[in-house]
Amino acid sequence: MAIISQGEFRRRMNRRKVEGHIFHALCLVAVLIGLAMLGALLFNILSDGLTRVNWSFITSFPSRHPEQAGIQAALLGSIYVVALAGALAFTFGVGAAIYLEEYAARNWFAKIIQINISNLAGVPSIVYGILGLEIFVRYLALGKSVMAGGLTLALLVLPIVIIAAEEAIRAVPSSIREGGYALGATRWQAIWHLVLPQAFPGILTGVILAVSRAIGETAPLIVMGALTFVPFAPDGPMSRFTVLPIQIFNWVSRPQEGFHEAAAAGIIVLLVLLLTMNALAVILRNKFQRRTEG
Amino acid sequence: MAAVEPIIRTRDLNVYYGPTMVINGVTMDMEPNRITAIIGPSGSGKSTLLRCFNRMNDLIPTFRLTGEVLFDGQNLYASGVDPTEIRYQIGMVFQRPNPFPKSIFDNVAFGPRVNGFKGDLPGLVEQSIRRAALWDEVKDRLKESALSLSGGQQQRLCIARALAVEPRVILMDEPCSALDPISTLAIEELMRELSRQYSIVIVTHNMQQAARVSDFTAFLTPQGDKTSELIEYGETRQIFTTPKDERTEAYITGRFG
Ligand SMILES: Nc1ncnc2c1ncn2[C@@H]1O[C@H](COP(=O)(O)OP(=O)(O)OP(=O)(O)O)[C@@H](O)[C@H]1O
Ligand SMILES: [Mg+2]
Repeated sequence: MAIISQGEFRRRMNRRKVEGHIFHALCLVAVLIGLAMLGALLFNILSDGLTRVNWSFITSFPSRHPEQAGIQAALLGSIYVVALAGALAFTFGVGAAIYLEEYAARNWFAKIIQINISNLAGVPSIVYGILGLEIFVRYLALGKSVMAGGLTLALLVLPIVIIAAEEAIRAVPSSIREGGYALGATRWQAIWHLVLPQAFPGILTGVILAVSRAIGETAPLIVMGALTFVPFAPDGPMSRFTVLPIQIFNWVSRPQEGFHEAAAAGIIVLLVLLLTMNALAVILRNKFQRRTEG
Repeated sequence: MAAVEPIIRTRDLNVYYGPTMVINGVTMDMEPNRITAIIGPSGSGKSTLLRCFNRMNDLIPTFRLTGEVLFDGQNLYASGVDPTEIRYQIGMVFQRPNPFPKSIFDNVAFGPRVNGFKGDLPGLVEQSIRRAALWDEVKDRLKESALSLSGGQQQRLCIARALAVEPRVILMDEPCSALDPISTLAIEELMRELSRQYSIVIVTHNMQQAARVSDFTAFLTPQGDKTSELIEYGETRQIFTTPKDERTEAYITGRFG
């Protein structure tokens, strides 16, 4: 005989099905709430700012007259600073991850480093701004420059890149490494030719996350001393600069309606920039994934 | 067995993982251009012993060894010996086929490339794949991913990859355990063929396989808790027909292990 009688089973079955439907509906509601918020936000911004987004907005510098104000300085500043931060975080993050995963002995010291990297990822970003101000701006005398801003943001996102790269490296099966060693590859050759190519898509994902975070950061750059009114394009790593979120913040806090429109337009530019960078990284990642999975 | 100079010999080899001794006092000589099989129950340290021969165990932090492994008379574990150089001369094929996620060509070319081979690479690759009896199946798709091959083809590709650096010895750790009977026969045939030029040491679970392909057989089994000893080592025919030790006889007749 079955463990439950026929009638009892039917009754329970109906209840189990109802439970399933309720859970399904709850999940759907959760998704819809998220989508609705996003939709409202986008609608709000697009209706305010879309009319202001045009070529002259992108190529103009800030101005006292809201209808003439443009975003060029902030856009270029953001691109330079984030590109610098991304490149630095990628280089040092992958380097650190390789060291921790492939070279460091598995002892208490490595464990402490590991825990601290996870902790660093949770430190409020403004703390990095103070650090950047002390070390890069003052001690290394880089001034309130693109260089100092890029370095500060690189520090900020470094833990994200390290953690993602470590996970990607750890996910490469050890049989692949052993296969390389068995053919006489040195440790470095096994890492370079076997581990990194396979870990690369995962590393790129980490860099995407890191760059997306960096491009929206405001607080550390304000602390560090980025400008709020920049009527010139940054012309090199030592140039002073501003970035999109700071410019947007500045416009939002002005009383005139025209600046609020400029702020909305600035947000649209920031979103487009973010999406473009992410799309680029996703395309790159897929290309590499295809190559390694064949 | 003393007529020819052995290619690999072990002297009083003891192996530990952390505090646990897993192999105790193995002393054996392996002849060149012969197939030596290592058999024994699961967990008896066959893989561990095999991996001592190309210092693959170095990658395990808790691994420790006393005694000697001599390759051509040179102690592999003497200070100043570079394991990379050892592995260049002593190749290895693993239990699970482990092709790199690269093209078929690049898999075979990997060894020559990392070792700085400057000659005719396509020629070497073709020759190695031919020797592994895989050429006809892959000659038109060398640029395709190695992962698109069947399991048996992948294992032969791994053999080709090992052959491409022209090692003197090939170590095989249960190379057929993930394969069907037809691929297994193909690889056994291949091993017989290869033993003209190479010395082969193979670990196998499969008694018939040891009897079919090998010239010499070593039987390992745990004594007491975990520590394994070399119970008997000799010509395969003798081991399988007139074993000297009753434990060997019990194992090969399937009464134990
Ligand atoms: N990395 C390791 N750390 C600690 N102990 C290990 C390690 N690898 C193997 N051992 C132990 O050493 C003993 C021998 O293992 P080994 O893999 O060499 O056996 P084997 O004869 O190859 O077994 P199988 O036929 O199942 O492959 C086992 O008791 C195993 O648990
Ligand atoms: Mg084994």
